[in-house]
Amino acid sequence: MDVIEVAAVSWDSLRCNKLRSFLTMLGVIIGVAAVILLVSIGEGARRYIRKELGGLGTNILIVVPGKTAKEGGMHMGASSVRKLVYDDAVLIKRRSIHVQYAVPVIVGTSRVKQAGNVRDTYIVGVTEEYFPARNLSIELGRAINSNDVEARRRVCVLGRTVKRDLFGDANPLGAPVKLGDARYRVVGVMQRKGVTLGYDLDDVVFIPTTSARELFDTDALLNITVKARSEQVLEAAKRDIRRILMRRHAGREDFTIMSQDEMLDVMGKVLNIMTAVLAGIASISLVVGGIGIMNIMLVSVRERTREIGIRKAVGAKNRDILLQFLAESTVLSITGGLGGIVLGGVTAMLIPLFVDFLPTEIAWWSVLLAFLFSAMVGVFFGVYPARKAALYDPIVALRYE
Amino acid sequence: MEPLIHLQGIRKSYSLGGAPLEVLRGIDLQVQRGEFIAVMGPSGSGKSTLLNIIGCLDRPTEGLYLLEGMDVGSRTDEELAEIRNRKMGFVFQSFNLLPRMSALKNVELPLLYSGVSAGERKERAYAMLERVGLAHRAGHNPSELSGGEQQRVAIARALINRPVIILADEPTGNLDSRSGIDIMETFKALHREGTTIVLVTHERVVADYAERMITLKDGVCTDGCY
Repeated sequence: MDVIEVAAVSWDSLRCNKLRSFLTMLGVIIGVAAVILLVSIGEGARRYIRKELGGLGTNILIVVPGKTAKEGGMHMGASSVRKLVYDDAVLIKRRSIHVQYAVPVIVGTSRVKQAGNVRDTYIVGVTEEYFPARNLSIELGRAINSNDVEARRRVCVLGRTVKRDLFGDANPLGAPVKLGDARYRVVGVMQRKGVTLGYDLDDVVFIPTTSARELFDTDALLNITVKARSEQVLEAAKRDIRRILMRRHAGREDFTIMSQDEMLDVMGKVLNIMTAVLAGIASISLVVGGIGIMNIMLVSVRERTREIGIRKAVGAKNRDILLQFLAESTVLSITGGLGGIVLGGVTAMLIPLFVDFLPTEIAWWSVLLAFLFSAMVGVFFGVYPARKAALYDPIVALRYE
Repeated sequence: MEPLIHLQGIRKSYSLGGAPLEVLRGIDLQVQRGEFIAVMGPSGSGKSTLLNIIGCLDRPTEGLYLLEGMDVGSRTDEELAEIRNRKMGFVFQSFNLLPRMSALKNVELPLLYSGVSAGERKERAYAMLERVGLAHRAGHNPSELSGGEQQRVAIARALINRPVIILADEPTGNLDSRSGIDIMETFKALHREGTTIVLVTHERVVADYAERMITLKDGVCTDGCY
């Protein structure tokens, strides 16, 4: 018997048990669909983050306190870590020719009040360099300037959301707002920017970093945002920063310099793990589907013992019987795999239409992988029942009731 | 002339829970081409076992079996499957047709395992159904056929690959007497055309259709073996 004959025979017998075949396939369909769908969610998240980090601006280096292992980069608050201060940023700018901007950033939260309207939001202390470094534009009024920073003026620039909540459609320029207990004056409103890296640049209030130091009574910076003069000198700028800061920190490298690429790397690693975990969980359902196939094939072999006897009596070799049942389980799983690809693909495409925070992107490798895996599952879990069928003694099989 | 089948000292025993059960205890038998033999005997006498051994469905525990002068005992399972496919035609008491296949497909079945192309299979199976008078029922499943018709489909299946011998195990056992006579007439006709037939039965009337009769009792041949 050639392959086509074998496939035709197994297709015939699967057709005779439509419902059962379908239910068995369902296990594989769901498994394959789950792999494709979950991986597409992981890939969607990756694309989303890539886009978000791209919004950070080019040639940006972020210096944060604390030396973590190569990965990570969060300040864990270890006592031996020296904080980064305003003068660190000033020195970086002054001593490295590769650095265009170096902005000491202080971030805190505070209650913002204006004539009975209240909003709790992030207060970001920056210098005039922050706006060109991050490609932020002003819609109304002006940005924080160097005089504001030097004179520690109590002026602020509002993000769009904050402005809307506090002033509605009214012109806020020159109006007083209270940040905590301190009185500030509005000098500008930001243009819409959207969410970058999980925090909403429209829902912040920018003030001079020197004023923020007083407002929050701390000189510890969240980070120093550095912009190198060009992509070519990015590495040189990084070396300069390391040298400058290590000298100031008694030779210890208790800070971390991250570039956009490195942040992408870190995020990428996290996402890889996430995607692998999701794919792994989905694969379990594929294996369960495979066990379903094995179960139904064992039942099928038992039910058709007599058929096996008859086929052997008219000349079927063990190999013919083995191939017949193996083909059945493989056809089951491959058909299920194709169904799963359709189901998973369609679901992955539909999800972003209904759930707007869940971007998906179908990864072709996951389609291929899920399909091959399902075919392998069919063969693997089909071998045992098929061998059992092939090794039946024809006499015993013929007498089976 | 060399006999078609030569059995010498054939023994068969099964071990059922320790104590070996001897079903055949030394059978010597020769079947010539074109013979029509009826094997008689009470139930448990070993008739069916003998038939299964002749049909290469089963192997003797001991003894010599030459089929067309070829020693069958030394063949592998795969080779026995091929012998069954090319040289044997079985007809069973319970018809043993595949229930979810049409009569035509059932008749085609042996050809499937001898590598005949789909087109030729269909053609030959149809011709064979015509020969047993069932061409008009070719598309029907066994459940839609009468017992007599089912058995004739089974005979068509047995004949499809031009076997050297037809082995029938109580072929009329599940049929009413009328269909039984029909079937036996069919065998008789086949015999006249030169087909070798070995038929197991415990009914005298059925055995009378044969030209030679052998009798088994407790695993030995008491009459008609030579």
